[in-house]
Amino acid sequence: MRTLPRLLLSIGVVVLGLAALAGSAAAQGTTPTDDEVNAIAKQLYCPVCENIPLDVCPTQACAQWRNTIRLKLSEGWSEQQIKDYFVEQYGARVLATPPATGLNWLVYVLPPAAFLIGAALLFRALRSWRRAATASTPAAPLASDDPYIRRLEDELRRQG
Amino acid sequence: MTEAQSDAPVPPGTGRNWGVLLVWVAVLGLLAVLGIGLIRTTQGPVGVGSKPDPFTLRTFDGVEYDTAGLVGQVVLINFWASWCKPCEQEAAELEQAYQQFKDQGVVFLGVNYVDTEPEAKAYLERFGITYPNGPDLGTRISQAFRIRGVPETYILGPDGRMAHVKIGPYTSLDEIVQAIRAAQAP
Repeated sequence: MRTLPRLLLSIGVVVLGLAALAGSAAAQGTTPTDDEVNAIAKQLYCPVCENIPLDVCPTQACAQWRNTIRLKLSEGWSEQQIKDYFVEQYGARVLATPPATGLNWLVYVLPPAAFLIGAALLFRALRSWRRAATASTPAAPLASDDPYIRRLEDELRRQG
Repeated sequence: MTEAQSDAPVPPGTGRNWGVLLVWVAVLGLLAVLGIGLIRTTQGPVGVGSKPDPFTLRTFDGVEYDTAGLVGQVVLINFWASWCKPCEQEAAELEQAYQQFKDQGVVFLGVNYVDTEPEAKAYLERFGITYPNGPDLGTRISQAFRIRGVPETYILGPDGRMAHVKIGPYTSLDEIVQAIRAAQAP
């Protein structure tokens, strides 16, 4: 009878040990990888090194920014939260894709508008060229004007 | 007869002309936007004699400084970053100048440009900087001053006008002292 409490105690110790191990494994699992950091970093640009995405920028400033991303990820921040934080700290110009506000709308509106206007102009030009070509082509003589066809039709009518 | 009428050119003042006009307006509008952007980027930093818009700096300690409330005092605004090696050349001298002038109605404000807070705080500690420093949130202050890099230092006179501009690091304490004294002079 005395062995039962001992057995329960041993099981308890083993369970607690396993739980601790699982906990530490889970904590290690939340450490962000370079790929996870770079997935966000490539959507950001440091104002100091213009036109170089943050994931490949070699400067110390960019390395510090990547460390900040890593830190925020390890704290459980989402991608959007991290991007919002960077915008708040450094302005919207750090985003690779500018938000569609203010003059930024032009970036989204102008290219498709220019494409549509160009397509419409091309369509109109092609139509007017075709119309001009049709107008300049001499009209074919009407079938009834051709004496040969007229004779053929008369012959067919007579036989039919 | 009817066909000949439909092929006739569209008289002026109709839809086609409006379309062309619209395209021209759009092209000119785009050129205007690009021109304004180009002028702004080539403007350079704010110059001596100009009156920059007031701004608010919230320091790393959470204290707010509004330059609108500092008129009547000389205000030295230094843009810096922890990753900026030239900034280190003048860091100690700026602190010495602050110690010399802090009781003479001269306000020093350090604006931390495009930096990360832990590294910025470590930098301040490394150089023993005690004057107010805070991040340039949204890079609003640096954009208002149109800075091109760091370090850059601007000194406002008691009238709120720009009295001195230094692009790059100060080379000596004496250079800072002279610039402040010139700004203090009526």
